[in-house]
Amino acid sequence: MIEIKNLTKRFGHITAVDDLSFRVQPGEVLGFLGPNGAGKSTTMKMVTGFLAPTSGAISVCGHDVLTDAAGAQAAIGYLPEGAPLYPDMNPRSMMRFVGRARGMAPSRLTARIDEVCRLVHLEAVMDQRIETLSKGFKRRVGLALAILNDPEVLILDEPTDGLDPNQKHEVRELIRTMSAGKVIVLSTHILEEVEAVCTRAMIVAEGSIKFDGTPAELRGSSRFAGAIEIAVASDHAEVAQRDLAELGSVSHIGEVVEAEGETRFVVFPATDAPLLEDVQRVAAGASWSLVRLAVDRGRMDDVFRTVTTGQSAQGA
Amino acid sequence: MTVFRRELAGYFGTPVAYVFLVIFLILAGVFTWQLGGYYELEQADLRGFFTFHPWLYLALIPALSMRLWAEERRSGTIEFLMTLPISTGGAVLGKFLAAWAFTGLGLALTVTNWWTVNYLGEPDNGVILASYLGSFLMAGGFLAVGSALSALTKNQVSAFVLTFTASLLFVLAGFPAVTDAISGWAPDWFVASIRNLSFLDHFDAITRGVVDARDVLYFLSVIALFLFGSAVIVDQKKAD
Repeated sequence: MIEIKNLTKRFGHITAVDDLSFRVQPGEVLGFLGPNGAGKSTTMKMVTGFLAPTSGAISVCGHDVLTDAAGAQAAIGYLPEGAPLYPDMNPRSMMRFVGRARGMAPSRLTARIDEVCRLVHLEAVMDQRIETLSKGFKRRVGLALAILNDPEVLILDEPTDGLDPNQKHEVRELIRTMSAGKVIVLSTHILEEVEAVCTRAMIVAEGSIKFDGTPAELRGSSRFAGAIEIAVASDHAEVAQRDLAELGSVSHIGEVVEAEGETRFVVFPATDAPLLEDVQRVAAGASWSLVRLAVDRGRMDDVFRTVTTGQSAQGA
Repeated sequence: MTVFRRELAGYFGTPVAYVFLVIFLILAGVFTWQLGGYYELEQADLRGFFTFHPWLYLALIPALSMRLWAEERRSGTIEFLMTLPISTGGAVLGKFLAAWAFTGLGLALTVTNWWTVNYLGEPDNGVILASYLGSFLMAGGFLAVGSALSALTKNQVSAFVLTFTASLLFVLAGFPAVTDAISGWAPDWFVASIRNLSFLDHFDAITRGVVDARDVLYFLSVIALFLFGSAVIVDQKKAD
């Protein structure tokens, strides 16, 4: 378990992390979201004992990071931002180094190196100097080092950065399969990634928590959640919008876009209204016909922008 | 000691190590047999060889020590290293010992000089053994200074220049020209302290064949002090 209490970090006059408090339980995969410079990496550096906090307390699996850094670090597998590695070593010697530093028994280390190398697909490059590897391979070596001794806590700073879509998919699978009983915290810029692997999403901006909930709740808090996007022939657009606006279940209509003779607009629901039923009924009896209709589950990028820039969600 | 093993292996993974060893041996040879006037002196000892060691180290040790921490900080691997369950002191010591062992290897390879003088004459082998010990201790002193200064910067060239300058001061503090210059106006105790700080003074004492505990202690204290300084600087600067 990771427990963070009133964590603050200042660099001179800049407050990078501002009175942050939260806990992560075993089994949870926490997606740490936020714009660049929001304090994600700084928080991760403090949890792993690399950076000393200005104030506050961090405990990892019962070890206080400030007084027992080595104890906490023994429980943590960490992939730092950019996956820094020694360029003159190869993945195998790097893994041996980390295994020894973590006090793994030689037989277990050998077995784990084989296992981890298969998990992240490094077989082909195990004895190649790291400086000759591509960005994707380097990232996977970093990941292999983080999971080498099967730690209780995994802290991954942008684990899929620099990977191609197939590799991204594999790494997400890997994280999902490892997550049972572990505490995993990962930071990312990719909102879909949170939905794909995380059980909990947290948005930080300006050093404090702006959202904390499940990825579904994150999506659901979008103003688009439950809204219906409708496309009709542009000739009928005005009539269609007027007909729909009369419905009690419609709060307002917005996001009108016209392209290639067809007009798209979004119908926002009034609270808890049976919008889809009403729209279908109106459309069936109307003089205009639907070209397309799609129910929006909510847009994560919209919530992200709203939450991190402080703009009102009801802006449209 | 995991860090020690990695670092030592690291030296041999790069051409730098071999270049360093070759240059070290060539210079040691040139200094001994040519500049040291070995043949002219017609004496079977290694005085000439050891006299040049401070100057040899002055040029070569900064090149070895500059990458100790500067490289880790520049490439960001320091974050990887310092988040492993290894203490800062352990990492500082491991890196230092690896560099020291590597220098020791270079020194050990000059053993052919020892064989040669034994073949040519009957030198005082006790003095030579003491000189080797002194030289090794002095190399440790230079490396410890280099370790601390390497932790100060992300730039290896800066680390080299800083270490070279600091080492030069340590060597020159015992040089007659320097001590004469300050003895004119400074009180005696000050001159003595400056002289005492010099690598040269303590090294010369040992190469005369007298292994005084105070000279050994001096080098060990310099090493301990600068390694402690390294650990403090690494802790302070690691995240910059």
